[in-house]
Amino acid sequence: MKKKKKMTLLQKRSMMGWLFILPWLVGFLVFYVRSLFMTGQFAFSTMTIDAINGGYTLDFAGIENFRYAFMVHPSFKQELTTSVMNMLIDVPLITFFSLFMAMLLNKKFPGRTLVRAIFFLPIILNSGAITAAMELSQQMMNGGISTQAADAAVTAGTTLALDVDYLISMFMNLGLPASILDYIVQAVARINDIISASGVQIIIFIAALQSIPGSMYEVAKIEGATGYETFWKVTFPMVMPHIITNVVYTIVDSFTESSVVNLAYETTLTQFNYGLGSVFSLVSTVVTCVILVVVCGFIQKRAFYYN
Amino acid sequence: MQKVIAQNKLLKKLKASMQDADQRKSLGNDIKNIALIILKAAIIIGVGYVILSPVIGMLVNSFSSDMDAVDPMVFVLPKKPTLERYSLAALRMNYLPTMAKDLIYTLTLTLLQLLICSMVGYGFARFDFPLKKLLFGCVVVMIVIPAHTIMLPLYLSFREFNPFGLVKLITGSTINLMGTPIPMYIMTLLGCGVRSGLYIYIFNQFFRGLPKEIEEAALVDGAGVWYTYFRIMLRNAMPSVITVAVFSIVWQFNDTFYAKLFLISEDVVISKKIATLQAVIANQDKILSVTIQELYLDAGIILVLLPIVLIYVFLQKYFIEGVERSGIVG
Repeated sequence: MKKKKKMTLLQKRSMMGWLFILPWLVGFLVFYVRSLFMTGQFAFSTMTIDAINGGYTLDFAGIENFRYAFMVHPSFKQELTTSVMNMLIDVPLITFFSLFMAMLLNKKFPGRTLVRAIFFLPIILNSGAITAAMELSQQMMNGGISTQAADAAVTAGTTLALDVDYLISMFMNLGLPASILDYIVQAVARINDIISASGVQIIIFIAALQSIPGSMYEVAKIEGATGYETFWKVTFPMVMPHIITNVVYTIVDSFTESSVVNLAYETTLTQFNYGLGSVFSLVSTVVTCVILVVVCGFIQKRAFYYN
Repeated sequence: MQKVIAQNKLLKKLKASMQDADQRKSLGNDIKNIALIILKAAIIIGVGYVILSPVIGMLVNSFSSDMDAVDPMVFVLPKKPTLERYSLAALRMNYLPTMAKDLIYTLTLTLLQLLICSMVGYGFARFDFPLKKLLFGCVVVMIVIPAHTIMLPLYLSFREFNPFGLVKLITGSTINLMGTPIPMYIMTLLGCGVRSGLYIYIFNQFFRGLPKEIEEAALVDGAGVWYTYFRIMLRNAMPSVITVAVFSIVWQFNDTFYAKLFLISEDVVISKKIATLQAVIANQDKILSVTIQELYLDAGIILVLLPIVLIYVFLQKYFIEGVERSGIVG
């Protein structure tokens, strides 16, 4: 009691602070710290679950699981590289597309509310269960073989009444490098995925654009800057910090839905190979974190902070 | 004849404007502006169409009869619209009871998220305590780490639920919480639900932007910390409350990861029923044509999405205002 009385106001405030974050702190320690530790432990051991009495036993296996994942497992390395490659293709596309759309939607025009409501719809429609059900039914249509990509390309070509191959060969003849052309064609072919994955990013960018003080644009106008210059000298630097936010969000989001996560899930909870599943989870998380750190470091160097 | 006169007038006008340098510029600007507006409208309409076209397709399919589905002449408007798809899909999904349970599940979890995350965000924004920076770093870590990294330990700890060994001490065995929504409630209550890290971050940013004078005034008037928080700060945080509420409802409703991990029953999470709807209809109602099965699936999807879309349409005005004013951007 005596001790309590001696607490200064500052100490009391800090106690209140601890009290406010207490629920989260407990959850974080129990669910995250402990779980991460356990996942690490599982990755280095063979695990058998005792079905009758509950509980499990761990036998230390060294790097056996890692060796199996990288040397023996038929598809892990491929899935990992595809996931990373898809992500690297998606991130710049989604970031720039959402910045572009946010700039369009930020201006005042008739029917803006309706258009905005439509643009945020993909957040609602982007439900894992529904996409899975649709894919399944698509596969049944195709006779059980997943030939969706090829199929989509064919229908896109016919419904548009437009010879895509001709266009592509025309660009080829112009002398564009094949790799760049490939990237563009892929981007156009996946416009649907990109649009549906960029709902949250558009929201973040709209909020960012709203927070730029109008006086900056006035100054630019008085100094005689063109729209193009205004974008690169005012808008772009001001939204730079939010580009980092969006890139982080996009990377995390695309990894949670990637095939390597599916593989980890299947291995763990369908094939009951707990050690291997933990290795998959752990390796993919480490890869994500490395990519995050590298990309953020790269952008951060060029970022400009107004405050 | 009139046409020629009009053309002549136009030509004269053009000539006159060509001579006047100032006017020429403004005419050029006008053309440029109009072209820009048309381009922008084209982009917005195009992208809007890409977003809406699957929805339109599903709506059309869900109203088509058997004949319309195979008739190549039918485009957008079915010739013989029918509600049969909806009635059978609703029956096989046990729609109303399941949806009611799912909405209760989603809304209670959202309320918990709002309470816990705003509390934690407020704690981080307004109080100084040792290790604050490090702990807030942990919130960011929570956003970044994908949930699948910790799924196996979560699965195990809820399959043999035994907090601090207390349960085993009392009843002699552990409780299996798999198949019930309880694990989700426990995790949300402890601030680790679906994307809780993001919500904590949003609330933290918003509270940091509110003026400190409000709280000081409340303190001088004799309000306690909890009273200040519940009656004053939370009221002021309405924009971010709405933002987080919309995000939380949508993501909780669409979440399949935790629903799969905790084996939460289909009777609570309706989106799990969608995955099996086509097979159920094929087997129980002996509808063997895949094309027709798909019509039922589309009707089912529309039924599942309907309440969420309604909530979104109702909240969207506040939501977008909230996004602009709330703390998504620091």
